[in-house]
Amino acid sequence: MCAMLSVNNLSISFGGLRAVDDFNIEIEKGELYGLIGPNGAGKTTVFNLLTGVYRPDEGRIFLEDRNITGLDTVEINKAGIARTFQNIRLFKDLSVLDNVKIGLHNIFTYPTISGILRLSSYFRIEKEMDERALELLKVFDLEKEKDSFAKNLPYGKQRKLEIARALATGPKLLLLDEPAAGMNPNETGELMDTIRFVRDEFDMTILLIEHDMKLVSGICEKLSVLNFGSVLSRGKTSEVLNDPEVIAAYLG
Amino acid sequence: MKFTKQTKRDLYTCVMVILFYVVIQVLDKAGVLSFHIKGLLVPLCYYSIAAVALNLVVGILGDLSLGHAGFMCVGAFSASLFSVAVKESGMPAGLRFLTALIIGTLMAALFGFLIGIPVLRLNGDYLAIVTLAFGEIIKNFLAAVYLGYDEEGLHVAFKSFQLKGEGKMLINGAMGIQGTPTDSTFTISIVILLLALFAIQNLVNSRAGRAIMAIRDNRIAAEAVGINITKYKMLAFTVSAAIAGTAGVLFSHNTSTLTASSTYFGYNVSILILVYVVLGGIGNIRGSIIATAILYILPELLRGLNSYRMLIYSIVLIVIMLINWAPAAIAFRERYGIRAFIGRKRENSGKEVS
Ligand SMILES: Nc1ncnc2c1ncn2[C@@H]1O[C@H](COP(=O)(O)OP(=O)(O)OP(=O)(O)O)[C@@H](O)[C@H]1O
Ligand SMILES: [Mg+2]
Repeated sequence: MCAMLSVNNLSISFGGLRAVDDFNIEIEKGELYGLIGPNGAGKTTVFNLLTGVYRPDEGRIFLEDRNITGLDTVEINKAGIARTFQNIRLFKDLSVLDNVKIGLHNIFTYPTISGILRLSSYFRIEKEMDERALELLKVFDLEKEKDSFAKNLPYGKQRKLEIARALATGPKLLLLDEPAAGMNPNETGELMDTIRFVRDEFDMTILLIEHDMKLVSGICEKLSVLNFGSVLSRGKTSEVLNDPEVIAAYLG
Repeated sequence: MKFTKQTKRDLYTCVMVILFYVVIQVLDKAGVLSFHIKGLLVPLCYYSIAAVALNLVVGILGDLSLGHAGFMCVGAFSASLFSVAVKESGMPAGLRFLTALIIGTLMAALFGFLIGIPVLRLNGDYLAIVTLAFGEIIKNFLAAVYLGYDEEGLHVAFKSFQLKGEGKMLINGAMGIQGTPTDSTFTISIVILLLALFAIQNLVNSRAGRAIMAIRDNRIAAEAVGINITKYKMLAFTVSAAIAGTAGVLFSHNTSTLTASSTYFGYNVSILILVYVVLGGIGNIRGSIIATAILYILPELLRGLNSYRMLIYSIVLIVIMLINWAPAAIAFRERYGIRAFIGRKRENSGKEVS
C-alpha cells in the first residue's frame, strides 16, 4: 500500500526568494494532517504546487501511485485533489446551490446540446445534480440558503460552502487553506466537528493549513511545520507541538 | 411539471416578446402604424438578437467584445451571397431563406471560433481592442473584395474587373451585394428572436452555462473544480458569434442592397449594441431586449425634433444608466428581490493565488 500523497524534495523560487525549499510530506489514506507555520512560510505556495497552479522547480508529487507532477490544475482536480482558498473564492454572483453544482461539473455530465434543446438527459441529470448538491449542503447546514447568492452569505458560511464545493468534485484528497480564518470560537468548534464528519463519512484524506492552534491540536493527527519554505519538524501532533525548535520558531 | 424560478423568468421574457408581437399586429390591423414605424420592426428584432448574443459574451462570460458587428457582417454577406446565387434557380423562397439563415449562422460561428482561438487568450481591454480590430478587418475586407463568375469560372479580386460573356457580379467592391431577396418579415424576425432566446437562456441554465458563469465569477476557482476554461470560453464566444450572424442574415434580407459600410457594420455598431447590453443590465437577457426596444425606437420617434434629438437621446441614456447603476437603485432592487440586473465588480486578476 502506498500513501495517499507523497511529495519528494519539492522546491520553487520566485525571483530570488525560495518560497518552498525541499519540501517532503507523506500522508496516509484517511489521515487528518495539519500544515502550520508563521506567515509567509510558504504554506499556501505548497497548496499551489500540489494543485498545479505553479510548476515546481524541483521535486515530485505522487497521488497514491500516480505521478501528478506538472499536470495542470484541471487535470489534478480530475486526478482527485480538491482545495479551498485562503481568500475565499466563490462564484459570488451565483446561488449557493449552483456553486456546489459547478463542483459536480465532471461528476454528472450531459452534452451541451441536450442542455440547449432540453432533451431528457438534461432533466434527468440536473435532478440528480440537485439531489447530490442538496445532500452536500445538508452536511454543512447550508440547505436553507441554497437560493441565496454566495456573496450574501456570512463569512463562516462562505468558508463552509467552499468546502462543500470542493467535496462535490469527488476528491480523494482535500486541501483546506485556513478554513477557520475569520470564524468565532463557536463557529470554529462546529467546523472541527464538520471536518471530522467529512473525514469519517466521505472516507476523506485531509491536509489543512491553520493558524488556530486549538483546531490544529484538536483534530490533526499529524503535523508538518514550515518555516522559511522548509520543513522544521514533522510527525505526531503532540510530539511536534512539544518540539523545542517549533516552540522557538512558531509557537513561542 | 414544476418550473424553477429561473425557468419562469425565462418564460416571461418570451411572453413579453410574443405580447409585443400581438400588440403590433393589432395596431397594424387598426391602421395606426405609419409606414415609417413598420420599417423599424425588423431592425428592432435583429438588433435585439445581436444584443442578446453579445450579452452572452459580455454578461455571462464576462469578456468585453467590440467585434460583434463583424460577425453580423459575416452572416449578412455569406447568406446574401447564397440567396443571390440561387435566386433564379427556382428554389422556393421559404426554403431559400431557411438555408440562408443556416449558412449565415454557421459562417459566423466558424469566424467566431477561428477568431476566438487567439483572442480568448487575452483579458479585459486587450480582448476588447483585438475583437474590435477583427470586426474592422472583416468589414473592410468585404468592402474591398470583388467576386463574380462567368463562363471561365469564379473570379475574386481587390479591384473591379470585366466579366466575359454571360456572367454575374456577386460582390461588387464597395457597392456590395445587389438584389438580395427581401425575405425578412417581422413575423420571421420575431420567431428567430424567440429561438435565440430559447437557445441562450437554456444554455445559460445548463451545466455548460454554469461553467461559463463560474469562469466569469472566479477563473481560478473554476479551474480548481476541474472546469476547462478554454473550452467554455470558446463555446460562449462561438455561440454568441453564430447568433450575431443570424441577426446579420435578417439584416441583409431586409433590403435588397448590402454594403459593408461603417454605418452598418463598423465598430460604432458594435458599440451601439454594447450600449443596449449595458443599459439593459449586464447579464440580463430580458433587459437587453427592453433596452434595444427603447433605445432603437426612441431616436426614430424623435426625428421631428431634429437638432434636439441626440440631446434627448443622451439624457435618456444617462437616466437609464443612473436607474441601473446608482447604489440606491441597486439596494432597492436587492431589497425587493427584483434581480433586474447583476452589478458585479471584476475579481482582481493578480498572479498570486491565495
Ligand atoms: N506568485 C508569487 N510571486 C512572488 N512571490 C510569491 C508568489 N506566491 C507566493 N510568494 C511569496 O512566497 C512566500 C510564501 O507565501 P505563502 O502565501 O505561501 O505563505 P503562507 O505560509 O501561506 O503565509 P500566510 O500564513 O500568511 O498565508 C511569501 O513571501 C510570498 O510573498
Ligand atoms: Mg497562506
